[in-house]
Amino acid sequence: MVDNTGGAVRLDGDRSVTARRLSWLLAFLLFASVIAGLATGAAGTSLWQAMADLVNGRSLALRDRVVLWEIRAPRVLMGCLVGAALAVSGAALQGLFRNPLADPGIVGVSAGASLGAVSAIVLGGALAFNAGFAAWLVPISAFIGAWVTTILLYRIATRRGRTSVATMLLAGIALTAMAMSLTGILVYMADDAQLRDFTFWSMGSLAGSNWSKMAVAAPIIVFPLLLTPLLATGLNGLSLGEAAAGHIGIRVQQLKAGAVLIVAASTGAAVAVSGGIGFVGIVVPHLLRLVSGPDHRYLIVNSALLGATLLVSADLISRVIIAPSELPIGIITAVIGAPFFLWILLRQRGVVDL
Amino acid sequence: MMRPYIYALGFVFLASGALSAEPAQRIVSAGGSITEIIYALGQEHRLVARDSTSNHPAEVSELPSVGYVRRLSAEGLLSVNPDLILTEEGAGPPETLEVLAETQIPLVSVPMGHDREAVITKIRTVAIALDMPEEGEELAARIGAAIDAASEQSDLAEKRVLFVLSIQGARVLAGGSNTASQGIIEMAGAINAVEGFEGYKPLGDEAIITAAPDVILMMDAGTAMYVTDEEVLSHPAIAATPAGQNKRVLRMDGMLLLGFSVRTGQAIIDLAAGLRGANG
Repeated sequence: MVDNTGGAVRLDGDRSVTARRLSWLLAFLLFASVIAGLATGAAGTSLWQAMADLVNGRSLALRDRVVLWEIRAPRVLMGCLVGAALAVSGAALQGLFRNPLADPGIVGVSAGASLGAVSAIVLGGALAFNAGFAAWLVPISAFIGAWVTTILLYRIATRRGRTSVATMLLAGIALTAMAMSLTGILVYMADDAQLRDFTFWSMGSLAGSNWSKMAVAAPIIVFPLLLTPLLATGLNGLSLGEAAAGHIGIRVQQLKAGAVLIVAASTGAAVAVSGGIGFVGIVVPHLLRLVSGPDHRYLIVNSALLGATLLVSADLISRVIIAPSELPIGIITAVIGAPFFLWILLRQRGVVDL
Repeated sequence: MMRPYIYALGFVFLASGALSAEPAQRIVSAGGSITEIIYALGQEHRLVARDSTSNHPAEVSELPSVGYVRRLSAEGLLSVNPDLILTEEGAGPPETLEVLAETQIPLVSVPMGHDREAVITKIRTVAIALDMPEEGEELAARIGAAIDAASEQSDLAEKRVLFVLSIQGARVLAGGSNTASQGIIEMAGAINAVEGFEGYKPLGDEAIITAAPDVILMMDAGTAMYVTDEEVLSHPAIAATPAGQNKRVLRMDGMLLLGFSVRTGQAIIDLAAGLRGANG
């Protein structure tokens, strides 16, 4: 059945209008969550009061300036970047692998980052770095771990210029196991304090966000993300199967390389600054597919918006729920997200079969 | 990894704290042993928040908790409006310390350790930060004397003690050298049954049998991974040791036993009495 509206030909089942409307809604929700994130916190500093002061030319109290500008603002912004990176990477990988279970963990990012982080935590003390560098050691090492693991995996799965997705899936499992066993050795060597540091790292947190970290991490996260929409039509074509995609003119090999590089850079940097935040990468694209279909042209943009909204909101909860202490954000995304996702799945079971 | 940094911060803040005219009135104590010292100095009215390891005396749990000392939240700390933060060494993360430095809230890092000297140093550091050095000296002398008196016995020199932090499945997590458990066992005049590794590590069955402990020392109920004495004694390797055969499991309050604070004299007396009682 064909429906002619405004000259454009729309096929039955085309949900692009829904998807575009959804983008606006999600953009609004993201804006609202960013404002809420800036306005709320344990310290009770009022964003509105501060804005009124600024407009009237009054200078802010030192404490309020620090809370708003040094604590909340970089956290909220980092939450947006990390959430978007995780969700978009999930969407791209699910498309690439044509597998609903794919998330950044499947290409070794999480295991590699864990290995990098635990190496820095356990072995970093032995290397006498100066104080300024010590704080950077864990994120840098985690990023290198993630990047090296993913690129190694890609090289393993590529032969004579052709990457086998199946090999990548299986080798990913093997590399993850290897990274985890090395992590295990380091965990065994760790003392009590290092062990706790690593445990907290693996539960994830945006607490360490500040402007200097942002300056380093933001370009590595944002540039690859801006390139992802270029993959959209390719990923759409790939859903027909690799051979068919090739026949309709999609350069499959470049698509694979592009997707892997984008995920390695953006998720690697995101995990490096925030630790292990699960669930966002796998669930956000699924939720969006249920609402507005699998077209990657919209799925990728909407994943970025919803991922960012979700993480900023989860971080807000983590900051206030047991104030003045903080709950690791990975716990919140899992505790709230997992049952919610199950509920969606059960409700839609008759309609959609993933 | 970040120790030199934190020492430096602690030192600078200590110096600036000493210069300011007003003694701090809104104190955050991040460390169970520090909290006990503040109570022993009678200054609990100056506390506004504590950390997750501060559980003695019981009423301290009515104060808001700022969480775990290595994972302090910057905004959380600022929300209780402190004018002094006392932490066990290793406070972090560094990003939070940077924010605190910017808001000019003094932070004093209290050195840790597992012997008599460490307890005395802790008391002195806390007392100076609270601007009551004389009371601190007095308390240090009193606690030092209590520890000396408690450490006098010599009848436990042959007693081999295995400190078991937890048992998960069949895995025994035991206290090796350079731990609080070894410190208190040696202060009571007994022997730590395992040597040769640092910190708390899983101990193999054969290593447990080789260690041949006379007593298994564990923390009280209330910890998350509670195992009953029967479960401990039914562990195949532990059952083969003298402690297992004579059914000697000694339980003590974790903070009392391992806190190395004002109650350490009492801890030694209780531990020694327990070990003697376990002697049969």
